[in-house]
Amino acid sequence: MARENWERNHDPVGIWNGRGKAALIARGHSPTDRRWDGETLEKSLGAYMMIAVQNALDDAGITVDDVDGIIGSAGGQPNGAPLSDVWGPRDYFDPPYDSEDGLTHVTGQWLRQQMGFKNIKYINNHGDPIWNLIGQAAQAIADGRAETVVVTYPNGNLPGRYHQDPSNEARGGAVWPNTWGWGLSGQGFTFNQYCQKYGTNHDRMAPFVVQERKNGLLWEHSYYAQHEPGEFTEEDYLNGRMIARDLSIFDCDRPVLAAAAYVMTTAEKAKDMKQTPVYIWDHTESLFSPRSLVQTIDDTEEWTDIQAQRSYNGSGITADDIDVFAPYDGFAVFTQYYIEAWGWRGVKRGESHDFYAGDISLKGPNPLNSGGGNMGTGRMRTVFITDPLEQLQNRAGERQITGRAEIAVSHGVLPITAGTVVMSTNPG
Amino acid sequence: MARPIVPVPDPVSQPFWDACNEGKLIVQYCSICDRRQYPPEATCRDCGFDFHLSWQETSGRAKIVGYSITYDSRLVQWHPLQPFLNVIVALEEDPVINFHTNLIDDFGTNLTEEPDIPIGATCEVQFVEAAPGRMIPEWKIVK
Repeated sequence: MARENWERNHDPVGIWNGRGKAALIARGHSPTDRRWDGETLEKSLGAYMMIAVQNALDDAGITVDDVDGIIGSAGGQPNGAPLSDVWGPRDYFDPPYDSEDGLTHVTGQWLRQQMGFKNIKYINNHGDPIWNLIGQAAQAIADGRAETVVVTYPNGNLPGRYHQDPSNEARGGAVWPNTWGWGLSGQGFTFNQYCQKYGTNHDRMAPFVVQERKNGLLWEHSYYAQHEPGEFTEEDYLNGRMIARDLSIFDCDRPVLAAAAYVMTTAEKAKDMKQTPVYIWDHTESLFSPRSLVQTIDDTEEWTDIQAQRSYNGSGITADDIDVFAPYDGFAVFTQYYIEAWGWRGVKRGESHDFYAGDISLKGPNPLNSGGGNMGTGRMRTVFITDPLEQLQNRAGERQITGRAEIAVSHGVLPITAGTVVMSTNPG
Repeated sequence: MARPIVPVPDPVSQPFWDACNEGKLIVQYCSICDRRQYPPEATCRDCGFDFHLSWQETSGRAKIVGYSITYDSRLVQWHPLQPFLNVIVALEEDPVINFHTNLIDDFGTNLTEEPDIPIGATCEVQFVEAAPGRMIPEWKIVK
């Protein structure tokens, strides 16, 4: 299905007229593995996606017959890049694993067929990050396209190194960075500009990344909780292998194989479901372009300021209203841009590393990324929806923050392409 | 010296690469927005139109605004040169416009320690052969 013009990405956005009409109800997750072995079909991305969807339906207390919409990321990787590019060509399996669909990506159509959804009237495999998918689902419900939607988010990872490009030629947009060997160095470059501008340094990231790992170990779906539950220390962080200047391996989220699904429905139907409704107050999106080839700190601060203001204008909240704040962290060197743009807990430009040196613990006054972010859970991104949802439903268990948990803001993915979701326990 | 990765022009970028082969550094210019644009695109990033886009030769002089070092690239062809230097230079007559360079003549690759990169130093463009018939811009610090 073609992409609709559903994004709220032009100022002034104004208070969203769908505010409070859609409610996030439930979440479901698959197991989390490091990689798929390419052979074990019960651990394929499709199989994991079905597990996650069933868990979400069970969590909501509904069945496939209650669902009339599927909105998802089919891409198999968060950026929509087809995993089949590095996996194939190779032989397929017996149906339903007789194509890439179900193995390295999962469409709504494939899920509908495998899981027996009979009442679907709206499917969209938009492929954008999870924040945008939640926004798209909320908009679809507010516009009446569907009443009860399953949002799907499969993240694949295959054997071998992630995102390695063996080509000796560069084409299209890749010409401009690849010819000069520019890759992840860009994240470190912008962060270095930040450090130069504000007189700080990479080592001061350590308390933040360590705290995220602690939080992530308390989330049962985290890769680390399931597979590497040991302590991660500041010393570990400081000794991390460098990928580029000012970007270590511990600033990069670890690719994993996992799937998650969410149930979102109308405010009316939400009253009859099993979990406490969490209402979507607003969704806003952005897509920017750098002034020239390389994204600079000036670009980054301008874009994040625009998106933060857009979200505030769209939701009507202020920084003081945000109880649960989940700004994206994969790469970890992004997060300070978002904290400062939103001004959460009064943090201004250049102050994030001082903020990290204070109390950002789960039970303290500033429980930043209480789910652990990608650094604490792996590169699945879904903790940025599941944790705020669970915090606002007061069922985050050991991660439950001690202060008020009535309004949450979740934001991702990159400074250059952004989506923000504002959630509340109150329909508004 | 052959480069690890060779750029393949497309219809939009062909004039840029043709100019490189002639020893000229050109960027796009939108006369309505009065704005230079690099890398080249089919339309102006500001107004979204192509009617007023043309190519404009630059001085080729630029200043170093920052740098990075790549220790573990996702670009496999660059692996034998790790760690290598990535420098960002901004065009002297329009500092918004920036370019990549490896400053290969001065600092090289397979670095054994972090080089002392002079931020703010003036550089001049030079064209190096990435592959037969394919010149690319690099920059050299003006001594």
